[in-house]
Amino acid sequence: MSTWLQKLLPPRIKSTPGAKKTAVPEGLWIKCPSCEAVLYRTDLENNLSVCPKCGHHTRLSARERIEHLLDPEGRFEVGSEVVPIDPLKFKDTKKYTDRLAAALEDTGETDALVVMQGSIKTVPAVLAVFEFEFMGGSMGSVVGERFVRGVRVAFENRLPFVCIASSGGARMQEGVNSLFQMAKTTAVLQELTRARLPYVSVLTDPTMGGVSASFAFVADVVLAEPGALIGFAGPRVIEQTVREKLPEGFQRAEFLLTKGAIDMIVDRRQLRDELARLLALLMRQPAPAS
Amino acid sequence: MRYDARHRIPVAAAMKQTFLDFEQPIAELQAKIDELRFVHEDSAVDISDEINRLQKKSQQLTRDIYGKLTSWQIALVARHPQRPYTLDYINGMFSDFRELHGDRGYADDTAIVGGLARFNGQPCVVIGHQKGRDTKEKIHRNFGMPRPEGYRKALRLMKLAEKFALPLFTFVDTPGAYPGIDAEERGQSEAIGRNLYEMAGLRTPIIVTVIGEGGSGGALAIAVGDVTMMLQYSTYSVISPEGCASILWKSAENASEAAEILGITAPRLKQLGLIDKVVNEPVGGAHRDHAAIMVSLKKSLAEALRQLQDQAIESLLQAREEKILSYGKFKEITAG
Repeated sequence: MSTWLQKLLPPRIKSTPGAKKTAVPEGLWIKCPSCEAVLYRTDLENNLSVCPKCGHHTRLSARERIEHLLDPEGRFEVGSEVVPIDPLKFKDTKKYTDRLAAALEDTGETDALVVMQGSIKTVPAVLAVFEFEFMGGSMGSVVGERFVRGVRVAFENRLPFVCIASSGGARMQEGVNSLFQMAKTTAVLQELTRARLPYVSVLTDPTMGGVSASFAFVADVVLAEPGALIGFAGPRVIEQTVREKLPEGFQRAEFLLTKGAIDMIVDRRQLRDELARLLALLMRQPAPAS
Repeated sequence: MRYDARHRIPVAAAMKQTFLDFEQPIAELQAKIDELRFVHEDSAVDISDEINRLQKKSQQLTRDIYGKLTSWQIALVARHPQRPYTLDYINGMFSDFRELHGDRGYADDTAIVGGLARFNGQPCVVIGHQKGRDTKEKIHRNFGMPRPEGYRKALRLMKLAEKFALPLFTFVDTPGAYPGIDAEERGQSEAIGRNLYEMAGLRTPIIVTVIGEGGSGGALAIAVGDVTMMLQYSTYSVISPEGCASILWKSAENASEAAEILGITAPRLKQLGLIDKVVNEPVGGAHRDHAAIMVSLKKSLAEALRQLQDQAIESLLQAREEKILSYGKFKEITAG
């Protein structure tokens, strides 16, 4: 039965997504979750996983970010010797050790933070980057310890410290050990302050809970990627608590900017330039070549 | 909102004892004792021996039940509606309390109280989460869940303590920071993070006591210090057992299992090296005897303060930093 409305609408070409998927070799094409444009995967990857059509930022792995942000030469990884244990013998529907093993399998990382000393457009710095695919970028003892070791390397070598956050919050499976990483990562920033070394925090999608409410906002400059979800409590928890609809764009980077919570929103494709410029300013160095 | 004089009324006397589910055997025995007492008043026969006997039995029963509480049961005791709250402790252990209000930027958050006081005569600053007793007061205190202005008021008072070299006592008792639209808009994350940062370097002794619920980041935001004590039946956790269960088991009904595995009780956290001291509560919990817990906690606070005040501020700060940076369990492998 065709109604006047159906006649008005364009023919429904995209109506059988299930059948279509199998017809195309897997992973060659990808649909932008925001504008739904169908993109060639290589094009998206060459564009730092930013949709060339609408500018939507999809998630990027820690190593991809480091690859893009740091100069190729003179990189030293910090804290990779620190690896997780299971202090509580934690087991829910799965053992914590099994979850760790699966995350290692998926990401090739031993935990959710990768720290690298290097330089950004010749400006030396220590860069700490969260790997969201490793248990939701959750912060446990290893993330905390690597963060501290990264800050220590910055302190000892008189370098600025940059952190790119992407995390659901503290890691439940290590209990209060994880909770106290909030205090630990934030306390160590005192050392940078005492040495007058800059700390720049970049908040990417998503930065929530115990990560958001610790070192993420206690920076000299706080940047965010467009559209990133940033907040303390998750939107669903808030909705359940207040029992009302959340405002449009709530907890997104643009919302935080208007509320005065962050300094600026930086497109991922300009982040390397922006970081180099900011760090050079704060380190009182000449402007990096563009 | 002014300080409310209702807090001065000893709750146990003003309110009928509330029994938790697992305390039902005690409740039944207590009902029998009450009944006998009622009969005893206008009876010619002396049944006081019988009453005494039952009273002893009730004590023993309480001791037995509390001797083998599960983590989940302890979580329920930590949230007991008759448990002493921060203002009860302030009134019970401190003198000359002058409550100070407001964050100077937005509002006065009633979920956190604080001000100047004297501890054994010595001027100090006290800060704590505050829960409400009856429905009206619970709403007024937002169930002890602070908004950013609460944490900012706390920070203002911490800075006051630092400026005048007054020791700082904090009392932790919150389900967590308030998950609300307004709280997010005003920077809940920044407010908590800022306090963690400032407390790590605050140039005055800080003594933290978890008196009830130590609910995650909302608790930690006033709980970074030189000494962390927990009352015997208080809890401290990264997420509530219900929250953990609903994420990992997809059902809040597994809260009891979650409580066990999260390691939220005082003895467990002491064993894990995450807190410094467990302060014992009277038989059957602090809510059964407010006066007794005041005496024992005050003794512990005095002891902690004496030790901290013997140290020079620089070595105190160094020890605090070392302690904070030592949190966490991991292993080190040789880089390969």
